[in-house]
Amino acid sequence: MRQVPLAEGLLVLPAALVVQEKSSGDHTAGSGPHFFQIVSFKWDHVQEPYIIALWILVASLAKIVFHLSHKVTRVVPESALLIVLGLFLGGIVWAADHIASFTLTPNVFFFYLLPPIVLDAGYFMPNKLFFGNLGTILLYAVIGTVWNAATTGMSLYGVYLSGIMGQLDIGLLDFLLFGSLIAAVDPVAVLAVFEEVHVNEVLFIIVFGESLLNDAVTVVLYNVFDSFVAMGADNVTGVDCVKGIVSFFVVSLGGTFVGIAFAFLLSLVTRFTKHVRIIEPGFVFVISYLSYLTAEMLSLSAILAITFCGVCCQKYVKANICDQSSTTVRYTMKMLASGSETIIFMFLGISAVNPDIWTWNTAFILLTLVFISVYRVIGVVIQTWVLNHYRVVQLEIIDQVVMSYGGLRGAVAFALVALLDEKKVKEKNLFVSTTIIVVFFTVIFQGLTIKPLVQWLKVKRSEHREPKLNEKLHGRAFDHILSAVEDISGQIGHNYLRDKWSNFDRKILSKVLMRRSAQKSRDQILNIFHELNLKDAISYVAEGERRGSLAFIRSSSTDNMVNVDFSTPRPSTVEASVSCLLREKASSVCLDMQALEQRRKSIRDTEDTVTHHTLQQYLYKPRQEHIHLYSRHEIIQNEDEKQDKEIFHRTMRKRLESFKSTKLGINQPKKLNKSHKRDRGQKRRNSNAIPNGKIPSENPVQDFILKEKDVEFSDPEENYESLHMDKGVDFLANVTKQNCTDATSGIDNPAFSADDDQSIYMKFPPWLTDEDSVVPSQRARVQLPYSPDNFRRLTPFRLSNKSVDSFLLADGPEERPRAFLPETTHM
Amino acid sequence: MASHSPIPNSCCCYSRCKDIYCESLREISAFQRTQWGQKNLAGFQTELVTLEQIEHLHRRFKQISGDQPTIRKESFDRIPDLEFNPIRSKIVRAFFDKRNLRQASDGLADEINFEDFLTIMSYFRPMEMNMDEEQLDHFRKEKLKFLFHMYDSDSDGKITLQEYRKVVEELLSRNPHLEKESARSIADGAMMEAASICVGQMEPDQVYEGITFEDFLKMWQGIDIDTKMHVRFLTMEPIAHCH
Repeated sequence: MRQVPLAEGLLVLPAALVVQEKSSGDHTAGSGPHFFQIVSFKWDHVQEPYIIALWILVASLAKIVFHLSHKVTRVVPESALLIVLGLFLGGIVWAADHIASFTLTPNVFFFYLLPPIVLDAGYFMPNKLFFGNLGTILLYAVIGTVWNAATTGMSLYGVYLSGIMGQLDIGLLDFLLFGSLIAAVDPVAVLAVFEEVHVNEVLFIIVFGESLLNDAVTVVLYNVFDSFVAMGADNVTGVDCVKGIVSFFVVSLGGTFVGIAFAFLLSLVTRFTKHVRIIEPGFVFVISYLSYLTAEMLSLSAILAITFCGVCCQKYVKANICDQSSTTVRYTMKMLASGSETIIFMFLGISAVNPDIWTWNTAFILLTLVFISVYRVIGVVIQTWVLNHYRVVQLEIIDQVVMSYGGLRGAVAFALVALLDEKKVKEKNLFVSTTIIVVFFTVIFQGLTIKPLVQWLKVKRSEHREPKLNEKLHGRAFDHILSAVEDISGQIGHNYLRDKWSNFDRKILSKVLMRRSAQKSRDQILNIFHELNLKDAISYVAEGERRGSLAFIRSSSTDNMVNVDFSTPRPSTVEASVSCLLREKASSVCLDMQALEQRRKSIRDTEDTVTHHTLQQYLYKPRQEHIHLYSRHEIIQNEDEKQDKEIFHRTMRKRLESFKSTKLGINQPKKLNKSHKRDRGQKRRNSNAIPNGKIPSENPVQDFILKEKDVEFSDPEENYESLHMDKGVDFLANVTKQNCTDATSGIDNPAFSADDDQSIYMKFPPWLTDEDSVVPSQRARVQLPYSPDNFRRLTPFRLSNKSVDSFLLADGPEERPRAFLPETTHM
Repeated sequence: MASHSPIPNSCCCYSRCKDIYCESLREISAFQRTQWGQKNLAGFQTELVTLEQIEHLHRRFKQISGDQPTIRKESFDRIPDLEFNPIRSKIVRAFFDKRNLRQASDGLADEINFEDFLTIMSYFRPMEMNMDEEQLDHFRKEKLKFLFHMYDSDSDGKITLQEYRKVVEELLSRNPHLEKESARSIADGAMMEAASICVGQMEPDQVYEGITFEDFLKMWQGIDIDTKMHVRFLTMEPIAHCH
């Protein structure tokens, strides 16, 4: 954890507290220095990290408490609650020792708390949406922020001249400096509030994108005015102003460039981490953090750097790293970001409890509040008016209201104001207290009211839809159609650019930055397809568990009878998939085949089965002796669990087999009667399994999958599979594949080959003939002893690569379905 | 769209626009004025907003056609950027599809003139702020119809599995590593999904023959097509490199 240096700035332990605790500790360890102490109490030794850890614990516990009551969190945003909690805790600390010992220092904030949040935002940025609205976002971020800074500063100065504020030691430049730091919408606050509001994605990306990208403007304005103030108003020349404008471009473009460069590096590195899977996630964090620090070092916009690092690398990194790493990255990133956010808001509250920084000036504070709100509204309206001339999707008045209202100020402003040098800026304390008030007002008041406002205005919400295959396909078609129309009409529009970019990406970037296996099978549509398959599989199993057996699939008396039959007049093209077979009206083919298979139920098959059983029994025992095995470099599954999983998977396979044999119409050649969903899912699954079923059955390589994991294939077909494996998603596919591998004999299939699809794919494995598999429990009794209790611990449903090998053991025991929560199937 | 009434609140400037349009049409060519000029003003006014856009498109039209009054299929070969489009043939075909050209018959036209070209382009115009519900609905349907016609290549009013597979195969053809098989299974899966959305529970003997336009509409429910299917017809100089 990077938080260790936190201690320096964030937490200086109150002396009194230490003394108290020491005195309590001295009872145990205070027997004097002369003796050897069995137990010694070394508070000083651990003090700093200890307190940091405690604070983090407190913040996290607070989060738990908040979420105990849904009523509260539904109404009050967490950020507001945290600030209030911070105030409360700050009060306690203050009461204890009357020194504001814990404050949010700029150093800690910018170095340790902010980067995780911004990285998280960048890494999970919906890229298409972001770049689609980039023009709008940039306008708001650049022009909007400059507008806010200038008008707020000037107006305050104007009012100051009128004398309402009383006598202040303050010049125009100070006001502008203050304006520039208070102008920027804060990414942390916006994210915290908008995540709970769920406005539609376009609106969200505009507000949020603005808050991220305006950092460059804020940094430049702040630095420019800060140095102007230092130089003194009289010494500022026109040249300096020009320099300021130039520095804006340098800072923003430079920051972006640094981010992109590091994203490139990161993508490249993850391409080669195949053998160090366990530290793979680390690269993501370290390299993006380096991009932040590098930009900071070069005095470029660090936020832009890390944002663009995340935005640019996400595609390649997600493709390159393995599934487990990807999960790790996702969770770690969310954890760090959410942790930082919690700490930030809590410490904003704590920092406010410090009478030393409070300088109250009612006019100044109130006017600041009024000005930032009013100018934000005016700015948004003007800019939107301009933008709507160019935007295809218009921003309506409601959107503008939300955008104006969503201009939350937050910790960035506070950290910047805390950075001010008291010697140069005489009224620093006034600025600090005003900033605190502004932050509290926007986060608490606006954060609280924005949700009802959004509901009241009936702002288009974002709906969380299930991914739909059709939708994705149509979306893809749209992309191509639109770029084609732009090509035809001869314009360089947004679609044209995107098309060119995706071509470039496909031809060059992906080749350089992605693993070969990844570039081959990486397709969004495919991903959705797998996702849906998995979902079907899970619901199928859950249903099976619920009903007590998967026999429901066979029973024709099921309530929901359904038959999806695509018996369109089909040209006799070569259809080589199970799904096609399923659709065949004349499934008599299957029937014949089934009969054949039964006849051919050869002795060898039986022998194989017996051998497998023997193997199985012997295989488990030696393994159990290695339970204590430890390796730092890979995660070793608990063997028990592993076995459970294996057994479970074999069981599942068994059931699917029986299911399939049903599917293939043994009993009901024409009617495939089953619940609709099952049917649909299974069909899809079957069709999905085709590429996997494609293994030439002569291939007796039993540890095929394991090998696959280590070797990068050039064969696209095999890579297709390795995608499955890597993702560990499609266990059904594995199942099917395994079945095919099991069929070492390579059953050929005369009945089937009579059909027009001389099927290379359809090597029907022996299980098809296996009537027993339909009534599984009978066989199960003969086989492995197992403890039913084991199955309660089955957690992940996904097939880990490591456990696959045991699939080769032909027949697993069939357990009766346990009380098995469907939730546990979701990782 | 010809029957489409002009937007009410643009009535005041309508006559002025009409003048401009007539003028522009005269300028564009005598040929178009006679055939089309008087006919569909109202319709096109709502479709392509400005005169410059029409002019721009006309220039582009001439580029593609090679200064001929009509475009043939081969003419689209002149657009180099189109070459890499995986569904190129489908898109080009859509330009000649009589259903899209709002002609009564179906089938393919051999050549299209500027008017037809504009008609096709008008499918991609963005939605306007001041449309009422009914217009929006109509507008949406028009767009979806275009898409539907693209999928339904044999114009029988149904997207059959074969047709769907073909489209999906083409869509995924840019990825050289994707098997035809997987494209197929994806199409099958999508079809299955469509069936489940549109028909729901099916009788045992029931056969889902294909996606009809009604089903197609159902599938698109809740998805903002108007924010997706549009192109900004910027008033830019056409890209010159048209061989």
